[in-house]
Amino acid sequence: MADLSTDFVGIKSPNPFWLASAPPTDKEYNVRRAFAAGWGGVVWKTLGEDGPPIVNVNGPRYGAIWGADRRLLGLNNIELITDRPLEVNLREIKAVKRDWPDRALVVSLMVPCEEEAWKRILPLVEETGADGVELNFGCPHGMAERGMGSAVGQVPEYIEMVTRWCKANTRMPVIVKLTPNITDIRYPARAAHAGGADAVSLINTINSITSVNLDTMSPEPSIDGKGTHGGYCGPAVKPIALNMVAEIARDPECAGLPISAIGGITTWRDAAEFLALGAGNAQVCTAAMTYGFRIVQEMIAGLSLWMDAQGYARLEDFIGRAVPNVTDWQYLNLNYVTKARIDQDMCIKCGRCFAACEDTSHQAISMSDERVFEVRDDECVACNLCVNVCPVEGCITMEQLAPGALDARTGQTVPAEPADWTVHPNNPSARAAE
Amino acid sequence: MSNSPMRRGVVAGRLPADRIGANFSDLHPPLDAHEAAVAADRCLFCFDAPCMAACPTAIDIPLFIREIQTGRPDAAARTILSQNILGGMCARVCPTETLCEEVCVREVSEGKPVEIGRLQRYATDALMAAGVHPFSRAAPTGRRIAVVGAGPAGLACAHRLAMKGHEVTVYDARPKPGGLNEYGIAAYKTVGGFAAAEVDWLLKIGGITLECGKALGRDLSLAALREEFDAVFLAPGLAGVNALGAPGEDLDNVLNAVDFIAELRQASDLSQLPIGRDVVVIGGGMTAIDAAVQARLLGALNVTLVYRRGRARMAASAFEQDLAAAKGVHIITNAQPVAVHGNGAVREVEFEYTVEDGGKLKGTGETFRLPADQLFKAIGQRLEGAPDGLKIEGGKIAVSGAGRTSLEGVWAGGDCASGGDDLTVTAVAQGRDAAEDIHAALEG
Ligand SMILES: Cc1cc2nc3c(=O)[nH]c(=O)nc-3n(C[C@H](O)[C@H](O)[C@H](O)COP(=O)(O)OP(=O)(O)OC[C@H]3O[C@@H](n4cnc5c(N)ncnc54)[C@H](O)[C@@H]3O)c2cc1C
Ligand SMILES: Cc1cc2nc3c(=O)[nH]c(=O)nc-3n(C[C@H](O)[C@H](O)[C@H](O)COP(=O)(O)O)c2cc1C
Ligand code: SF4
Ligand code: SF4
Ligand code: SF4
Repeated sequence: MADLSTDFVGIKSPNPFWLASAPPTDKEYNVRRAFAAGWGGVVWKTLGEDGPPIVNVNGPRYGAIWGADRRLLGLNNIELITDRPLEVNLREIKAVKRDWPDRALVVSLMVPCEEEAWKRILPLVEETGADGVELNFGCPHGMAERGMGSAVGQVPEYIEMVTRWCKANTRMPVIVKLTPNITDIRYPARAAHAGGADAVSLINTINSITSVNLDTMSPEPSIDGKGTHGGYCGPAVKPIALNMVAEIARDPECAGLPISAIGGITTWRDAAEFLALGAGNAQVCTAAMTYGFRIVQEMIAGLSLWMDAQGYARLEDFIGRAVPNVTDWQYLNLNYVTKARIDQDMCIKCGRCFAACEDTSHQAISMSDERVFEVRDDECVACNLCVNVCPVEGCITMEQLAPGALDARTGQTVPAEPADWTVHPNNPSARAAE
Repeated sequence: MSNSPMRRGVVAGRLPADRIGANFSDLHPPLDAHEAAVAADRCLFCFDAPCMAACPTAIDIPLFIREIQTGRPDAAARTILSQNILGGMCARVCPTETLCEEVCVREVSEGKPVEIGRLQRYATDALMAAGVHPFSRAAPTGRRIAVVGAGPAGLACAHRLAMKGHEVTVYDARPKPGGLNEYGIAAYKTVGGFAAAEVDWLLKIGGITLECGKALGRDLSLAALREEFDAVFLAPGLAGVNALGAPGEDLDNVLNAVDFIAELRQASDLSQLPIGRDVVVIGGGMTAIDAAVQARLLGALNVTLVYRRGRARMAASAFEQDLAAAKGVHIITNAQPVAVHGNGAVREVEFEYTVEDGGKLKGTGETFRLPADQLFKAIGQRLEGAPDGLKIEGGKIAVSGAGRTSLEGVWAGGDCASGGDDLTVTAVAQGRDAAEDIHAALEG
C-alpha cells in the first residue's frame, strides 16, 4: 500500500488532497466534515482585515458551462472573500486545528497592500495554531478593484514586497497563491521566490464571462440585469493550470520552489498529473463543490492503487517525473513519424473521423459504401484529430513508423536519428548539423 | 352494470373505465424537456448517417437532434416536417426498430439506439401545440390536381402540391380524412385525437379542398377526374380484405380485424365496446398484433394469435411480438385454419399444424380447436375497385419512377401502389415524391 503522506514546506498531511480556499472551507462545520471524509488538509476561505466584513451579492453568484448530460465542466463565480467576522473565523480555526492535529490547516489571507495590515493579522493567525498562511494574490473580481487580490498578483514587484513583509512578520510557512490572469506565469512566481516565499500555489480563477442571457442581454450570473466577469474554474481550466505549473517547475530561476497545484482537479488522475509535473500536493475546489466531500475517497483509493501498480512507494517517487519531458516546440523530434490506425473491430461506423479529416484539410480517411473507414497513409499528417473526435476510446491509435520504414505521404524513409527544428533545412537560422 | 372478463360471449364493459383509460394510454409516452436533452445528447452526429438512409422520407436525423440539443425544438420540427409533413404521426407509428433505430450506430454498438422516434415527437408536438404551420404557398400556378384518398399518401401529396402553388381537391370515401391514421393505427399509438388534429394542422397550408364521402367508382370516375383536373393522384390504400377460405367463415362474430379496429378507433367510449371472452386472431402482421393486443386491453380473457408459418416469417417486428406477449396475447405459430365451427355465431376455430418444406407450407394432418366468441381475420388487405385501364402488377397499381401509372397524367402512391413497404412513412414519401414529379411534369 503506497504511502500518500506529504510534508509540504514543513506542513504534514496524511494525503496530498487539500481543499482549496473557497466556500467549502468557509466554516468550522464544513471543515470538520471535510476532515472526517478524509481530506488531508484545507486552506481556509480567505480572511480579510478586522472590521465590518465584506458583503457578497444577494443574487446568483455562479455561472456555468456544461457537457453532455449536463455534467458541469466549468464554473465561474463572483464571490468575494469570507463574509463572516474575522474573530469568528479565527475562533473556529483554532477549535478545528486542536481536534484535527494530523491534518494540514492553512489560512488564506487578503489584506490591503500595507505592511501594517499584514503585521496586524499574521499574529492573530499564528495564535490559532494554524500550520501556515496562503497569500491570496489571485482573486480576479471584487477585491482587485480595492487594490487587493489579483491587483497585487499582476504586479511582480508587489508580490515580492508583500511576501517579504509576511516572511519578516511570521514564523509560519508562507504560500503565495498566483493569479493566471497574466501573460507569463513565471514572472509572479519568480517574484514570490525572490521575496522568500516557501511555496507558490496556482491557479486561482480565470477572468471570464460564461454566457449571455439573450432575452435580457445580461451576462450570467445576472444581478438585476447586469453581470460582471467572474473567476473561472473546474475541469475546463485544468489544461491552463497544468501548463502554468509546468512552466514554473521547469524554470531555472524558480528551481527548488515548491508548488501546490490547483485548477480543475476532479479525479485522482488529475492530481497525479499535476504531481508528475512537479507539484507537491493538490488543492481541489470545484469538484468538491459539485459532488461533495466524499470524492476524496475515490482520489485516495485511485492514487494509491495506481502507485502500487507502478511500484511507487511514496509520492516523491514520481513527483516531477514528467518535468524533464516538457520542452519547447523547437526541440520536438521531427523524425518521429506516426500514422492513425483504426481498429475495425472497435469501430462503430459513425463516420466522425471521416467528417473531421475530410473537412480539416487532410482528406486522409476513406469511406467505402459499406461504411468501412480507413486511413490513407499517403495523406495522413498524423495530426491526431480523428483520435480526438472518435466516440470510442482506443478505437483509433497513432502508430509509430519504425526507422527505415517508408512514409507514404512524403515518399521518404523514416530516419533513425532524431532531428528537430533547430537543425531543419527549412529553418533559416538552423545550426549546421554535425 | 359492468361485466367481468370471465363472462362468456361478446359483451361490453369487461373492465372498469379507468382501467380501459390506462390500457389505452400512450405506448411510448412523450419525452419531457429533460428526457429529451438526455436522449439527444446520445446522438453522435454521424457523417452520412445510417439512420437517415433508413428513413423512407430521409429526414436529416442528426441535424434535427442537434437542433434539439441546442435548445431549438422548433428548428428541429421544421427539419423533420420539410421532409415528412406527417412527421408527428410517423414519430408515433413508425416501427423504428426496423427503420432508423435499427441501424443507429448506438444500436449497432451498444444495443440501445438513440430514441429517434420519441425525439421526433418531442420536436413536432411542440410546434403543433403552438399552432405553428411553418410552410407557405408559392404563387398560384392555376393548376388543379385531384387526389383520391385522404390517407398519409394523399395528404402528403396534397400538401406538397399546395406548397408549390397548385389547387388541390382531395376526395375520400370515408366520412373523415386521415385514412388508416384515423381508422387503422392502434389506439395506444395515437392517443388524444391526434390523427384528426394533425390533418387540421396540415390543411392550414391552404389551397386544399377536402371532399369526404366521395368514392371513386361510386361517386366519381377516373375518366371524369382526368377530364376536369390537370393531374390525378390515386391513394385509396387497400380497401379489400383477404378471406380465409375455410368453411364457417360466414358465421356471426367472424370479423375483419381492420373493421374491428376501425370501430374501436371511432368508439367514443371504449368501455362500451363489446369484446369476446375468448378471442382468436388469424394473421402475422401489424394488423393481427394490433387487433389481438387491443382485444386484451378491452378485457378479453383469452386472446390467441395464430399464424400459419414460423415466428421468423411473421411480418410483425420482434418488438411488436414482444409487446403482444407482454400484454398477455398467446401466440401460436405453424397452424392454419381449416374450419370455423358454431351455430349461428362462431364457437370454435379448428386449426391444422403445418410444416414448411422448402418455402412450401404443408398441413401435418394434426388438428386442434380453440374456443372463440370472436374471430378476427388479419391475413392481409388487397387493392379493390381499381379503375379500369390501369396496369396492375402483383395485385397493386403498377408505377414507375415517382408514382407514374400506365395512364398519362395519373400518379399513384401509398399502399395501393407497387413498391415499398406498406407503412405510413412510406406512403408519405411516395405522396411527397409524386407531388414533386407532378409539379415537374406540369411546370417543367
Ligand atoms: C391495423 C393497421 C395497423 C397499422 N399500423 C401501422 C403502424 O403502426 N405503423 C405504420 O407505419 N403503418 C401501419 N399500418 C400501415 C399504414 O397504416 C398504411 O401503410 C398507410 O396508412 C397507407 O397509407 P395510404 O395513404 O396509402 O392508405 P390509407 O391510409 O389506407 O388511406 C386510403 C384512403 O383512401 C380512401 N379510399 C379508399 N378507397 C377509396 C375510393 N374508392 N374513393 C375515395 N377514397 C377511397 C380511404 O377511405 C382512406 O381514407 C397499419 C395498417 C393497418 C391496417
Ligand atoms: C465560489 C468560489 C470562491 C472562491 N473563493 C476563493 C477565495 O476566497 N480565496 C482564494 O484564494 N481562492 C478562492 N477561489 C478559488 C479556488 O480556491 C481555486 O483556486 C479555483 O477554484 C481553482 O480550482 P478548482 O478548479 O478546483 O475549482 C474560489 C473559487 C470559487 C469557485
Ligand atoms: S491523424 Fe489527422 S491527418 Fe491522419 S487520419 Fe487522423 S485526422 Fe486525418
Ligand atoms: S470515429 Fe471512430 S468509431 Fe466513428 S467511424 Fe471513425 S473510427 Fe469508427
Ligand atoms: S445513427 Fe444514431 S447516433 Fe448516428 S446520427 Fe443517427 S441517430 Fe445519431
